[in-house]
Amino acid sequence: MEQKVLKEREQQCVQEQPPGCTAACPVHVDVRGMVAAIQKEDYKAGVQLLYKMVPFPRIISRICDQPCQQACKRQEIDESIAVNELEKSCVDNSNELILNITPMPPKDKTIAIIGAGLSGLTAAVELGKKGYHVVIFEAKKLVGGSIRNIPEHQLPRQNIADDFAILKRIPLEINLHVIVNNHKDARTSLDHISATFDAVYLATGCIETNPHDWGLALDVGGGIAIHPVTLATSVPNIFAGGSLYLGPDHKSPITSISHGKIAANSIDRFLQNASLTASREKEGAFTSLLYTNIAGVEPQRRVRSADPNKGYTTEEAVKEAKRCLLCECLECVKVCEYLAHFHAYPKRYVREVYNNSSIVMGVHHANKMINACNLCGLCEQVCPGNLNMGEICQEARRIMVKKGKMPPRVHDFALRDMQFSTSEKFAFSRHQPGFASSSTVFFPGCQLSASSPEHVKSMYQFLCKKITDGVGLMLGCCGVPADWAGQENLFKETSKAIEDNWRKLGSPRVITGCPTCYSVFKREWPSMDVESIWTVLDKIGLPDQGEEPLAPLKLVVHDACTTRHEAALQQSIRKILHTLGHQVEELENSNEFTECCGYGGLMLFANKEIAHKMIKKRSQQSENDFLTYCAMCRDNFASQGKQSYHLLDLIFPTRQQDVAGKKGPGYSERQENRARLKRTLQKEVWGELADKEQCNVTLIISENVRQTLEELMILDSDIIAVISQAEHTGNKFKNMENNSYIASFKPASVTYWVEYSPQEDGFLVHNAYSHRLEIKGS
Amino acid sequence: MDKQVQNIIICNTCDIPLALGKVTLAYLGNEFPVELYKCPQCGLVYIPEELAKGKMDQVEKALEDK
Ligand code: SF4
Ligand code: SF4
Ligand code: SF4
Ligand SMILES: [Zn+2]
Repeated sequence: MEQKVLKEREQQCVQEQPPGCTAACPVHVDVRGMVAAIQKEDYKAGVQLLYKMVPFPRIISRICDQPCQQACKRQEIDESIAVNELEKSCVDNSNELILNITPMPPKDKTIAIIGAGLSGLTAAVELGKKGYHVVIFEAKKLVGGSIRNIPEHQLPRQNIADDFAILKRIPLEINLHVIVNNHKDARTSLDHISATFDAVYLATGCIETNPHDWGLALDVGGGIAIHPVTLATSVPNIFAGGSLYLGPDHKSPITSISHGKIAANSIDRFLQNASLTASREKEGAFTSLLYTNIAGVEPQRRVRSADPNKGYTTEEAVKEAKRCLLCECLECVKVCEYLAHFHAYPKRYVREVYNNSSIVMGVHHANKMINACNLCGLCEQVCPGNLNMGEICQEARRIMVKKGKMPPRVHDFALRDMQFSTSEKFAFSRHQPGFASSSTVFFPGCQLSASSPEHVKSMYQFLCKKITDGVGLMLGCCGVPADWAGQENLFKETSKAIEDNWRKLGSPRVITGCPTCYSVFKREWPSMDVESIWTVLDKIGLPDQGEEPLAPLKLVVHDACTTRHEAALQQSIRKILHTLGHQVEELENSNEFTECCGYGGLMLFANKEIAHKMIKKRSQQSENDFLTYCAMCRDNFASQGKQSYHLLDLIFPTRQQDVAGKKGPGYSERQENRARLKRTLQKEVWGELADKEQCNVTLIISENVRQTLEELMILDSDIIAVISQAEHTGNKFKNMENNSYIASFKPASVTYWVEYSPQEDGFLVHNAYSHRLEIKGS
Repeated sequence: MDKQVQNIIICNTCDIPLALGKVTLAYLGNEFPVELYKCPQCGLVYIPEELAKGKMDQVEKALEDK
């Protein structure tokens, strides 16, 4: 991923945008954080967040004009949050307010602040903290400016006194009774101050001075011309802001404080010869792009204090605080167990993926995260910025594979299983017997053939009956495991083989049995006439249900994640169920919002823990049995105890008991089922002489050992290879304690160990394990 | 455990108990010498289950994320 792409993708995720309130607050108070603190009755933490942004919290908590409220998300439901009331609660319920000032080494620059209102004092505090020598000129006998006109009951004088204590902690020089302007009668002229000081902040408020008297350039409206972003005036070292700029009709205490901060920043930049304008978009109020879902939030009026003069009691404050939505996005994290598992959100993940791909030496911390995603695309579906984490992870996997940095264990087994399916053992391609061409070819896919070989056979025979101009058959794997694993070359190779076979059959229309094969075919060969078995059945009708059709069932449909955008296919599933007479209910997240069963993206191999969490979460979404139309979905849910049917179980009902509860076949059995399906069809349908079943070694495996083998993904064929080799060469160990043998063999990259005892009718397998470290000899 | 290996595992071909000896293990281009049980005569190396599932697995994973 290039830096530029990284930036673009990071921008698609708005989770780190501030809530509307904070963005609209000119000094960006962390309202969400403060309110969350109040919810926990931690007023001290709340007030600290206010203090972090406002040097005079006790004052502002009484008089803020709350521009934040205009942007409060809650307004879309009922009323905005009473932010200033809550700030007051924080101040009133904290007995101490701590502001740590780290003194900076004094700088040799001197700054004049003209006017000691909130704006001037804020600038003075900010610049003083930075180590500048600050001199304040105030016309009145007290600092504070117009706040002195606010009645005591609104703004207690004690609050002013307590807040202004900070002025004594910072070295400031305060000159009272000094009137500054450029009028000829003025005692102290602005020109003179501007010449003797390195920089000036003019913040005299709304005093009735003729703007001409400042000797600064004016704007078209006749006021002093002030740059809206930097607060610069026509004289390079003079900046101006506060009510002087806002005017008597637009006075805003919090904006005045914000101007003080902006002016301090400008002066600092000016004195350091830095750009005045570079990256200042986030200073002052702005509009946030944060998305917050408000669906389902109950309206609730703002809490009114019982005694408006006193403000909120703590109970009232907590109640109002609980109305706050604590705005954030996390839409994708809410629906995806995988995203939730790593405790952050895509904006962070994207960067971690990027860093992981860029490091040359050292530990690749994000490997686990990159490989666990099931590539289902649900995140893109719910994200306001359409960020698709799956695409990002898949691309990262391709890079890892190319660089040889993909941990071999992650996909090794799945890829070898795929290779089994593309090999002679399963792959097969024929015209219908008695036909020299095919109008159609059925491609059941490797997993349906592994899970339900009998259904594949029935379906093929049914299609042959219904479609009269030749139905060919192609057994194999669509190659999706390679695609998911980031193995581009292997995937291309597999696609090529499929395409060649399909062309040899005369490029017929393709009917797929597996929804994932369908999606792969559609994507890889846009010109191929490919249809899913489900839409086909919907059109040509269902096989005869016989004398005793299944009793009607109550089912919920779990849509396969690879059909997310296949509305017609999903529709035909419902129609077929309806025709069969079953009752269908919908999961909350279905159709384009469906969730993955945990198999997609090879998640089950890369991270069983998250895959199981996904299955569990999905299973709990309904009490009813699941109806799936992908063999892996069916087997995955059943593996964790969720009663699940495959649609073919209902179309070709058998007398078998407990079809929905039955666990799917294990890894070895899956391969055997495929191989046997090929042999059976070859023999029974084509009358060909099938390859002999190759195995002449019989294994005796107990339930317990079988479970171990499944967990470690050790196949019967691996065990047979170990035993054959040991028995052939005699290279084995003997366990004297129980008279068993222990031997190992390394067919490819993994070394398998088996503990076994020969019996009359075969080999009893006691245990098996494996490792990847290679024994290089002595 | 070690005692056990020496006492109960024997090389089938040579019919003698195993002894610790130098073995080189390799993975993803890395090689390291270790001491493992093997047949003192024919050199056949024995890897017990605990080692495969414990230490070796750890080392494999660490090397894979490098
Ligand atoms: S849905 Fe997820 S990726 Fe999209 S903006 Fe929200 S948190 Fe970010
Ligand atoms: S609901 Fe809370 S976090 Fe969201 S905008 Fe309003 S005050 Fe801010
Ligand atoms: S598992 Fe699906 S929803 Fe979750 S991140 Fe991956 S592609 Fe997105
Ligand atoms: Zn030996």
